[in-house]
Amino acid sequence: MRVMVFVKATDDSERGIDPTPETTAMFEAMGKYNEELVNAGVMVSGDGLKPSSAGKRIAFDGASRTVIDGPFAETRELVAGFWIWEVKDMDEAVAWAKRCPNPMPGPSELEIRPYYEVEDFSDILTPDIVERYDRLTEKLGGA
Amino acid sequence: MLASPSALADKAGMAADETHRAIEAVFRIERARLIGVLARMTRDVDQAEELAQEALLIALAEWPKSGVPVNPGAWLTAAAKRRALDGIRRRTMRTRKHAEIARERDGEEGMGVEAIEAAIDDPFGDELLGLIFAACHPVIAPEARAALTLRLVGGLSVGEIARAFLSNEAAIAARITRAKKAIARAGVAFAVPRGAELTERLASVLEVIYLIFNEGYAATAGTSLVRPPLCAEAQRLGRILAGLMPDEPEVQGLLALMEIQASRLTARVGSDGGFVPLTEQNRARWDQLLIRRGLGALAKAEARGGAEGPYALQAALAACHARARRAEDTDWMNISTLYDRLRVVMPSPVVELNRAVAHSMAFGPEAGLELVDAIADAALLRNYAPLPAARGHFLLRAGRRAEARVAYEAAAALSVNDRERDYLLARAAACAD
Repeated sequence: MRVMVFVKATDDSERGIDPTPETTAMFEAMGKYNEELVNAGVMVSGDGLKPSSAGKRIAFDGASRTVIDGPFAETRELVAGFWIWEVKDMDEAVAWAKRCPNPMPGPSELEIRPYYEVEDFSDILTPDIVERYDRLTEKLGGA
Repeated sequence: MLASPSALADKAGMAADETHRAIEAVFRIERARLIGVLARMTRDVDQAEELAQEALLIALAEWPKSGVPVNPGAWLTAAAKRRALDGIRRRTMRTRKHAEIARERDGEEGMGVEAIEAAIDDPFGDELLGLIFAACHPVIAPEARAALTLRLVGGLSVGEIARAFLSNEAAIAARITRAKKAIARAGVAFAVPRGAELTERLASVLEVIYLIFNEGYAATAGTSLVRPPLCAEAQRLGRILAGLMPDEPEVQGLLALMEIQASRLTARVGSDGGFVPLTEQNRARWDQLLIRRGLGALAKAEARGGAEGPYALQAALAACHARARRAEDTDWMNISTLYDRLRVVMPSPVVELNRAVAHSMAFGPEAGLELVDAIADAALLRNYAPLPAARGHFLLRAGRRAEARVAYEAAAALSVNDRERDYLLARAAACAD
């Protein structure tokens, strides 16, 4: 199964990269961990994200589209980075996540979210709806 | 409100169950490497598996109290090692009682305590690779190599492997036992071979991984067209190998091939469960993440001088399709050239057939017919459904509908996959319209 693992933001990550020896040590530890994930055939992708001050939000309401510049409040709800892993089950994903070196100087959180798979839609979507959706995505040019 | 005693007991039971599962998940991550270490040490796969299992039992007893150790791999290895040393001490004592030469034998077999310490402290950590190379050793029959690799490296149960290969547990268990005996008989070392031997042994490893992948991707028998868990298992093996041997171009080539092919797993099965050929697939359903990974691995293979390797060439072929956003954008000229190169390094009737298809797309159906008729008598292709299927396709495109229908029907008669047969019969019927 494929899961996305979010590294949740903290006040530290929202301040951006701080060139301290601690940060260097953390990057080193994270590099080693990433290598372990790759060598175990678990990690298929992953990256870090800049603080929300570099981000934008687009708010939707009916026909209106409003662009909101970062930084955003509710730091704990923001994402500072992510991995995409392929694992046998959630237990395995949890076991790998627990091995992660502390991603932030202070208390922090990882969140694991499984991807939807085709079977998950089988009860909701009739073949007809799937076909129509496929035709639509095809027109949009994929990806 | 106070919970009833039984509810509390249930809760405790659930918590224990959760701890149990968490420990087993940690063990599953460590298992293959652990068996690699233990097999290198004991030179006995069965014993290595038993010791690993004992280490799990010890962990299940101790970790709920102590918590999961910081380095669970090292902890499990140490626990298994203590068990192994206990066993050796017991055996050594027994031997001493019976003969004076016990000490000498100990030395000869390289099974002394020091040797074990050395094996466990191996700083290079290539135990997992050693295990993969042993499980895929050419002294083992190919289908048994696949079963043993899935068991030892993939950690699949005998039942899971039996279901994957549509076989029964007894047959798979016997296959694995034979494979282990072959390893023991040949005195296979659980190490990564070097030099010229590496090339030959690596070829065997790659063959096994691709065999597992193909069993999932193009199910040769049964009612289901694809078995994605087998593909996932093969991809994981390929990724492990690429992580541990990143400079081997064909390792990257095979990984590229599997990633790109796997990107189409959902698209090649229609909503009715039927087979959807490449040119008719909804490309929006292709997994772009896997395609990117595949293209990346292919670039690595080529950068390491492996562009003419059989897997890299097949990956390059798969990449041609992956790069085309619509079927009509497919670069058939490039594909024809790649097949011209592939037949040099991987001569096979199947490659010739695919080459005929590519040439028919690049230069017209007559070109395809000419090439396919030249190989129709090859012994390997005589009962091979895709050959008359391809002929049918060329004939239909050339406007020779009656002949096309005969060819499709011949293909359907040869097909062993129910879904594929349905597809071919539908094509035959369409020729009559």
